[in-house]
Amino acid sequence: MEETKQLSVRNLTMAYGEVVIQKDLNFTVEKGHIFVIMGGSGCGKSTLLRHMVGLMEPARGDILVGGVDLWKCSPAERNQIISHNGVLYQSGALWSSLTLGENIALPLQEYTKLPGKQIDELVSYKLALVGLAGFEGHYPSEISGGMRKRAGLARAMALDPDILFFDEPSAGLDPISSRLLDDLILELRDSLGSTIVIVTHELASIFSVGDDSIFLDPDAKTIIASGPPKVLLETSTDPRVINFLTRSNQRPQGGTA
Amino acid sequence: MPDHSSQYHIKTGTDGLELELSGHWSTRQAIPDVASLPDTLFSPPPKQLSFDCTNLQSWDSGLMIFLVNLVRICREKNIKVVQETLPEGAQKLLRLAFAVPERQGTRRTILGQPVLAKIGNITIEAHRNWNDLLRFVGETGLAIGSFLRGRARFRGSDLFYQLEAAGPSALFIVTLISTLVGMILAFVGAVQLRLFGAEIFIANLVGLGMAREMGAMMTAIIMAGRTGAAFAAQLGTMQVNEEIDAFKTMAISPVEFLVLPRLLALCITMPLLCIYADFMGILGGAIVSATMLDISFYQYFQQIQGFVPLKHFLIGIIKSGIFGVLVATAGCFRGLQCGRSASAVGYAATSAVVTSIVLIIVADALITVICQVIGV
Repeated sequence: MEETKQLSVRNLTMAYGEVVIQKDLNFTVEKGHIFVIMGGSGCGKSTLLRHMVGLMEPARGDILVGGVDLWKCSPAERNQIISHNGVLYQSGALWSSLTLGENIALPLQEYTKLPGKQIDELVSYKLALVGLAGFEGHYPSEISGGMRKRAGLARAMALDPDILFFDEPSAGLDPISSRLLDDLILELRDSLGSTIVIVTHELASIFSVGDDSIFLDPDAKTIIASGPPKVLLETSTDPRVINFLTRSNQRPQGGTA
Repeated sequence: MPDHSSQYHIKTGTDGLELELSGHWSTRQAIPDVASLPDTLFSPPPKQLSFDCTNLQSWDSGLMIFLVNLVRICREKNIKVVQETLPEGAQKLLRLAFAVPERQGTRRTILGQPVLAKIGNITIEAHRNWNDLLRFVGETGLAIGSFLRGRARFRGSDLFYQLEAAGPSALFIVTLISTLVGMILAFVGAVQLRLFGAEIFIANLVGLGMAREMGAMMTAIIMAGRTGAAFAAQLGTMQVNEEIDAFKTMAISPVEFLVLPRLLALCITMPLLCIYADFMGILGGAIVSATMLDISFYQYFQQIQGFVPLKHFLIGIIKSGIFGVLVATAGCFRGLQCGRSASAVGYAATSAVVTSIVLIIVADALITVICQVIGV
């Protein structure tokens, strides 16, 4: 398998016009890790993700993918890097005028030279991986929200990306579906060896899948804690972090959560 | 140079078949198809199938589709697949791919429809469309009823916003189009009238044409493309975002809240725009007359005053009010009828414009006939 590239963010400042969202962000996502970006609503988690996938240009600072600066390289190089990313958007962002099969086939048709039959087989295989075998002919409007999310995941994985980005994967899912999605993410990481970056505020997901994390604070406008989520829960002394990770309950005494 | 392309070699071992996989099995290059395996491989079926992956350099989904197909064939033929001989990741992915079997009846086969079925479906669709339209017109009628009794629920600020969007904002395009139409009328007429030395009647032609027909018609067509399409797109997007449903579940009638202000706005602005267009068109005619035919502005307007009575203007203005109702109705109806996808919004906007223009022309023809009959 092609060597998975790591991703690092250096002195990143994000802003909408004059309004600074977050500043001085520094972190590295290790290969094969599941990296969680957490924080309360409106702290800029999704904005950070939009910067990492190349949708928004940093106000200051660099984003390096495998050592290449995403915004200092040529547009052709950037497209080359971006084509090795997979992104799962909050509500799936499936193209509504295409069937699920066509949604997944589109990147394959654009980026591979495989014959139609093998593209069809790949589409069926990707749908089977996310538990949607046989749904090739359905339109996104005909399936449930959870299924749309899984179909979005199948599309994000279409080109076997080096890095998978997830924006709020469990938002809007029931606890069981959300748990199954977490399991699926773990399975995929273990078998594909992809690096995964997740934006979430879902505590259950944070603890069950996260290898490493950063915590963004809307008032301090920067990272106020980082490290494996379970370790943060036990060792952090910052009340904001503890409140978030324990849903403002007391830290459990003498043990892990 | 070592060969990096994806390959397999079939080896016959003591317990059954062994498939040696080598090279890069990646979707970014060509990969072997299961169909390329010789038929003789499975007849007679071997006891088991195992893999040798020592020369497998890299793999991704390209290998997986080969394996998934192979495993499916082996399952059909009751051949044991020794999955433990595969890379660990591939084993897990195989398990995942077969974890949720396809449910019966999910797969869709798109069948061609016989002609009779197509005709039937179109008829049913047309019937449903007609019912929808009647319901919409009925609801709009009720909404107007409650508005007249002062009981309609909508926000005054909405009406104001719609008035602005459908009125002053449209002035520029109305000015441009109607002046040009006036000039064209004068120009075409001038060539003919000059033959008879009857240049002065150019004023009658332009005045009558703009006042009775073109003023109202051109404004209506501009507003259908501009405002009718906007209504359909706005309401269609609201339908996609479930905003219309949100009104319904609050027991607020979307027809009262959304359609009524738009309908009123167009009913008010269209006649005003029409009057404006009439004058702009007449002015356009005056410019052509003055420059091409040496008819002074004074003569031109004197002629119009004398020979184009006010009733022609009134007919045009009444028409434009009717066109306003039609454009607003078509736009809002198509918007509320919209499906739940991005392309449905596009379709709603397109069909709003088409419906509006068809209705405008048909209504214009009807009004002309009625005017003939009653002799105005």
